[in-house]
Amino acid sequence: MLALEHVSKVYSTRHGARGILKDISFQLGRGENLGILGRNGAGKSTLIRLISGAERPTSGRILRSMRVSWPLAFGGAFQIHLTGLDNLKFVCRIHGVDYRPLIPFVEEFTELGIYFREPVWHYSHGMLTRLAFALSMAIEFDCFLIDEAMVVGDVRFHERCHLELFHKRKDRAFILVSHDANVIKLYCKRACVLHEGHLLPFPTVDAAYDFYQATMAERPEPVES
Amino acid sequence: MEYTVQTDIKSSMLVSLGVQRRVLHALLMREIITRFGRENLGVLWLVGEPMLFTMGIVTLWSAIGLHHGSPIPIVAFAVTGYSSVLLWRNCATRAGGAIAQNKQLLFHRNVRVIDVLITRIIIEIGGATGSFIMLSLLFIFVGWMPMPDDLLEVVFGWTMLAWFGASLALLIGAGTAFSEIVERLWHPVSYLMFPISGAAFMVDWLPQGLQNVVLLLPMVHGVEILREGYFGNSVRTHYDLGYMAMCCLVLSLAGLYIVHAASRRVEF
Repeated sequence: MLALEHVSKVYSTRHGARGILKDISFQLGRGENLGILGRNGAGKSTLIRLISGAERPTSGRILRSMRVSWPLAFGGAFQIHLTGLDNLKFVCRIHGVDYRPLIPFVEEFTELGIYFREPVWHYSHGMLTRLAFALSMAIEFDCFLIDEAMVVGDVRFHERCHLELFHKRKDRAFILVSHDANVIKLYCKRACVLHEGHLLPFPTVDAAYDFYQATMAERPEPVES
Repeated sequence: MEYTVQTDIKSSMLVSLGVQRRVLHALLMREIITRFGRENLGVLWLVGEPMLFTMGIVTLWSAIGLHHGSPIPIVAFAVTGYSSVLLWRNCATRAGGAIAQNKQLLFHRNVRVIDVLITRIIIEIGGATGSFIMLSLLFIFVGWMPMPDDLLEVVFGWTMLAWFGASLALLIGAGTAFSEIVERLWHPVSYLMFPISGAAFMVDWLPQGLQNVVLLLPMVHGVEILREGYFGNSVRTHYDLGYMAMCCLVLSLAGLYIVHAASRRVEF
């Protein structure tokens, strides 16, 4: 179970305090999934950071009794002087997992070849994303946090991500945030819209989809913060 | 489940300790490879770098006869003095950038702000201690330095200085999460403190009035203890262990409090 209780996040700016997330509450049980739609700057990534625990909410509580992943395919924690293998060892040590049995999977999935044992600063963007995704898969989580904008790659990469995540791990819970209503519709059984800091629940994904489309038509996107 | 730390009420003390040990191990390995690489001497630079610094100072101080005709050998005077400066100063300085340089690691939920700081503290204490031991052994072997008079007291003085450095590191490291000014101010402050930190003089050499002033600085007491242990009765030392311990305790508690507050403030 993952539960958010009255979570708010306020950032201070030079123009005073700015509430990004306002009184957000929801629950997610094992094996359930939730899609969160929001336009650019709506606070999707902030919400993901709070759920992952990288940042603390200004008020409210986040309770986790299942293993919640870091944002999927997040490569920001890579140390560029370390090799792909070093980075695998690092996350395995943090999470208390033996890295040795995981090497074949990571090598096979990332298709890095000899670069698996080269420093990460030699990697292309695609290689980085593949490594980041593979490491997310290497640790067994009960709930995956997916920021759709982070998982970018070619068609083949998407197909393989899809296979790993939605077929091999279809018993897991996940939260998928995206600005693309079609992506949410494709993968999620339940959807909310993040709108002006509030997380609005909807009875069906279609209802969320319709509301989101309507707000998109209403006015232009706000400026990214 | 041994995974969650902060929010899982069931997680016992022992499990938390296990997580703590794993996280520190992972961070130490990462930090050491990142900083020293695998090329040439690699991790040996951890000890080699402070050794080079200290050898430079030993040469310089020997050349100008900084020990003012005191009977204690200049090499031993310089090694004990400069090593102790490196011990507390490097801890605090390296802790300065720790949060900013490592905050992406907080995405791994077992990693907390204090882990990042403790990692740097361990590395700096390890490097300075290794350098002090290696140089002492080297100079004792070639006969430029005597054997320590009371090894246990040397270890004790060194431990007190390490405690001082660690508490300072928590304060400076976490302070930067509130304002970068903390780090900017620390550099000149640490630089200016070097000449009055007790490294380059014995308190006994100073006039009475000045003695009282420098003895306000906690690290001066530590260096005096260290040198009393090293040189025994051939030097007169002035220190107040209770005062230094109290300073370190207050700094440590303040540091831990600020670390706690800082972990709520980290933003991306």
